[in-house]
Amino acid sequence: MTEPTAGPLKRTPLYELHRELGARLVPFAGYEMPVQYPTGILVEHTHTRTACGLFDVSHMGQVRLTAKPGHSAAKAMETLVPGDIAGLQPGQQRYTQFTNDAGGILDDLMVTNAGDHLLVVINAACKDADLAHMQKHLSATCEVEPMFSRGLLALQGPQAAAVLSRLVPQVAAMKFMTGAYVEIDGARCYVTRSGYTGGDGYEISTPAEQTDAIARKLLSHPEVKPIGLGARDSLRLEAGLCLYGHDIDTTTTPVEAVLLWSVGKERRVQGGFPGAAVVQKQIAEGSTRKRVGLLPEGKAIAREGAEIVIDGKTVGIVTSGGFSPTMGRAIAMGYVERSQSANGTKVDLMVRGKPVPAEIVPMPFVKHAYYRG
Amino acid sequence: MAETKYTEEHEWIRVEGDVGTIGITQYAQEQLGDVVFVDVPAAGRTVAKGEACAVVESVKAASDIYAPASGEVVESNAALADTPGDVNAEPTGKGWFFKLKLADKGELDGLMDEAAYEAFVKSLG
Repeated sequence: MTEPTAGPLKRTPLYELHRELGARLVPFAGYEMPVQYPTGILVEHTHTRTACGLFDVSHMGQVRLTAKPGHSAAKAMETLVPGDIAGLQPGQQRYTQFTNDAGGILDDLMVTNAGDHLLVVINAACKDADLAHMQKHLSATCEVEPMFSRGLLALQGPQAAAVLSRLVPQVAAMKFMTGAYVEIDGARCYVTRSGYTGGDGYEISTPAEQTDAIARKLLSHPEVKPIGLGARDSLRLEAGLCLYGHDIDTTTTPVEAVLLWSVGKERRVQGGFPGAAVVQKQIAEGSTRKRVGLLPEGKAIAREGAEIVIDGKTVGIVTSGGFSPTMGRAIAMGYVERSQSANGTKVDLMVRGKPVPAEIVPMPFVKHAYYRG
Repeated sequence: MAETKYTEEHEWIRVEGDVGTIGITQYAQEQLGDVVFVDVPAAGRTVAKGEACAVVESVKAASDIYAPASGEVVESNAALADTPGDVNAEPTGKGWFFKLKLADKGELDGLMDEAAYEAFVKSLG
């Protein structure tokens, strides 16, 4: 959760490739990561929305959970997250959160039922803490196997399916939030039809030593350009998706963050995850605040930390804000008191001491384009 | 004869008579990345040397622009509202920010000339 400040920066298997491509590398979650390539964030963003972008997300943590005899990895996982994991069919993936005893979010993650084991993808900045958390609570029932050296590539955009199916025909028919083991150039990879841009695409888990070759192969297709973390952030913001440590953290619950859709229906009733009582009370009575979309008038950008004000009274705070290349205007998300959270509510966002008029709007800002078959 | 001076904050000021035109340097625009919004001071505003008087927003972050000298703003670049990308494309041309009627041209003596600024940028690695 906290970014390591000491020690040398780690590198992903694509470090040399990033250098060759002229990436601007910056420290991120303890890694040296590409924030952009020479074309710049706006072009990268637009390319991902209109063609296909390749992202290196190998800094994220991958963990394999395998049940010990007589146990269920899914049932074990459900003791730590509110998502319906036991209900995942083989090949199905789900978004969920690790919660704490107050219902706060320790991290958000993806869980896939890969048949005889679960595959978990966690945020880079949280991965050591998440691993310790899983080892502490799941080791009695599961083998908890970190695979932090593996590569993870995100291939995103409307051309992603055309590109990847040239290498692996079966991915064309995969639906959003499903996964499968596939072979790419002899490397055993796990592909899911998912991502964090709001668009169609895949995430490809690769053996460390073959990651570079697979990335180069994908980049050799004319539709594919490398995309950095800068565009990854503007893409996910347009899609209304939360960035851990900004839009969600240990002080926000899944209810406040409007992530209740990711909490299993039975689990809302039965609980059994950390902080269940808090979450259930908020489901029944409503939370005092909730995450909303914000559309500022004019061009000024309200960024993280900007106060949200109504009639001079602070009612909330911006947690992410930036420029939407797709819409050509500023967008933001933040938390406001629930009583002031209705769509259409007029607010002011305080930018450098000046009020910027804005309206509370539904998210996503840019329609999702997931492939549901 | 126009003379251009530079600040350590990567602004340039081109002086003609007692009016200085101010913008950011090529190095600054490269560091900022894609510029999406520029908040320039209105004509008539009086600024002091070193005062934060404009803001340039890139996709990544907001950065203050400091007045390289004291004076009164006589014109700001209204075109940047619609074409903020001019700052990236022509940082020392169409991407200028504002013009200042200088209160004291002597304030410019402490700024760098082009050779000194180039050496300064080089020293940043």
